[in-house]
Amino acid sequence: MAETQYEVDLGNLLAFDAHHQFASPPSSREEIVKEALEQGTKLVQAVADALFNLPSTEDLEGPIVKLPAPTSKLPREKPLPKPRPPTKWEVFAQKKGIQKRNKEKLVFDEQTGSWKRRHGYDRVNDDNDIPIIEAKATDEPGTDPFAERRKEKKSKVEKQEKNRLHNLKQAQKAGALPSHIQLAATSLPITGTQTMPKKVSKDELQNVAGMAATSTASGGKFDKKLPGEKPQSMKRSIERLVCSDTTDFLPAVEGSGMGDMERQQTEKVLNKLISKNSHEILNVEKAVNMYNVKREKRQRKQGGGQSSSSSKFKPNKKSFKKTSHKGSSSNKGKSK
Amino acid sequence: MRIKTQTKGRIRRELDKRAPKLVETGKKTLILHGTKTSSVLNSVLTEIYHLKKGNSIKYSRKNDKIRPFESGGEASLEFFSLKTDCSLFVFGSHSKKRPNNLVLGRTYDHHIYDLVEVGIENFRSMESFSYDKKLAPQIGSKPFFAFIGEAFESVDELKHLKEVLLDLFRGEVVTNLNLAGLDRVYVCTAVSSNKIFFSHCALRLKKSGTVVPRMELVEVGPSMDMVVRRHRHPDDSLRKEAMKTAPELTKKKVKNVVKDDIQGKLGKIYIPDQKVGDMPLTNNVKGLKEERREAKMKGEDSKPTPKKQKQDAE
Repeated sequence: MAETQYEVDLGNLLAFDAHHQFASPPSSREEIVKEALEQGTKLVQAVADALFNLPSTEDLEGPIVKLPAPTSKLPREKPLPKPRPPTKWEVFAQKKGIQKRNKEKLVFDEQTGSWKRRHGYDRVNDDNDIPIIEAKATDEPGTDPFAERRKEKKSKVEKQEKNRLHNLKQAQKAGALPSHIQLAATSLPITGTQTMPKKVSKDELQNVAGMAATSTASGGKFDKKLPGEKPQSMKRSIERLVCSDTTDFLPAVEGSGMGDMERQQTEKVLNKLISKNSHEILNVEKAVNMYNVKREKRQRKQGGGQSSSSSKFKPNKKSFKKTSHKGSSSNKGKSK
Repeated sequence: MRIKTQTKGRIRRELDKRAPKLVETGKKTLILHGTKTSSVLNSVLTEIYHLKKGNSIKYSRKNDKIRPFESGGEASLEFFSLKTDCSLFVFGSHSKKRPNNLVLGRTYDHHIYDLVEVGIENFRSMESFSYDKKLAPQIGSKPFFAFIGEAFESVDELKHLKEVLLDLFRGEVVTNLNLAGLDRVYVCTAVSSNKIFFSHCALRLKKSGTVVPRMELVEVGPSMDMVVRRHRHPDDSLRKEAMKTAPELTKKKVKNVVKDDIQGKLGKIYIPDQKVGDMPLTNNVKGLKEERREAKMKGEDSKPTPKKQKQDAE
């Protein structure tokens, strides 16, 4: 066993013997274990030699030593964070040479002669507490100075919010959004390169279920309904057929979901469909054929005896279906 | 962008802990298993969990959709890594083709970075070793590493395994170390070109004549043979990106400083030209106000002040 210099990585407390060869190849397991421990001892001793010779400071629990940085590099677990671009205020302050000054939390209030907090309940110079505002020479009669002050405060708050959003946009462009904002804004994970699986909402599920139902031949009427699933209205299902891709239509400027204009448009379309083209919605001939076939089958089964007991096969049923299309929507029946 | 986030301090601090940092603190490990495990594998996983008690998470349920070496089977692993913020994982599975299989893997940015698959043989658990209980290493102490055998340098797979084992058991990278708290060693010996003997030992520091104490190794922990089966290296581009260090941590050069023998340390100071236009105006412009007010009161009487002619230096 040639013992040349071991490779010692102090930062990791690692010792690597690159030159060791087993004197006798695969001996019994015990031998391997013993030899491993022997060699291990030597290696650890080498590391400890270097370690204990470092300058140490005495502490309560023992000598504390300053370790050097590890030499064997290991990969990072997350990408390097990008530096945040300076905010609008920071740029301005740097240009003007404004230094940051930390303000104290308590301020002496001359009016009451006591120390009050700067922000929060019962604060110094509270804007809402001013009882009298003296009129200046420049004020017009008839303007409410209190309302003016409120408006001014509101505009300041809005301006600040605008600036904050602008700063966040700049940070996002540089890829350096603070983690809680990135999480909230785009529901992307913090490290930003993976998209979370989109959670399907209740409405979306209902829509999809409705779509699947309307695409069946019987209009989803005979599909097994899960507990809690509400039977769909016919109007809704036609709506779904007509405006499947709502984003391509009118902009939903008036808030989320269908805007007012879009609703009007769909109402118009629906009404037209229902009133004029009802004969196109349901393939009446096919329905009639189906019923006739069924009825004949039954009759053949029963031996043609009790054809009058075809109470189930009411001929009115066809017109029932027809009438449900004309006029206002009812909750029964579905369009094809 | 409708961002209105006002997360409380605690939540924000937790998120900041998971955010990428310039200098990274310890990596967490996720220990889980697949559809079938053997008793050996179960004990291996629990013992690794005990060895890394403070910074590892162990899942007890079986996960059938995980196949690390297949392209589709990593999605679950990446999802777990994201949710638990773990960048190392130990996945155990047992099958006829690969008995007592352990996959050690690392993630970068919650995507699979590299994988090493080892088979466990001749496993001896912590309970089977008898030793003086006072020597037992404490949880969370920084371990020594001893790698023996030239195969660790010459064989690609063993080199990879060495790196992964180092990453797995290293713990946090610290600058200040208490020498009294050193009590464990991981000894890895290359027995052949694809098999290593891995053992965990406690350290006993004995008095010797010099400052350096004499080391004595006592086998305490699990010991096993690891047979390297498969491994996957990271992509070159991914590896380059993962190995990047912060640019500020590079050395700093001090300019304009010269050491003179007679005068000592000399420095040169360059003063840039004064930009009068950009200089900050003082807030106290009362003087100007008075002037302006008087001028206004007087009305059009006063003439505008004549422009000062540039005069040569007298």
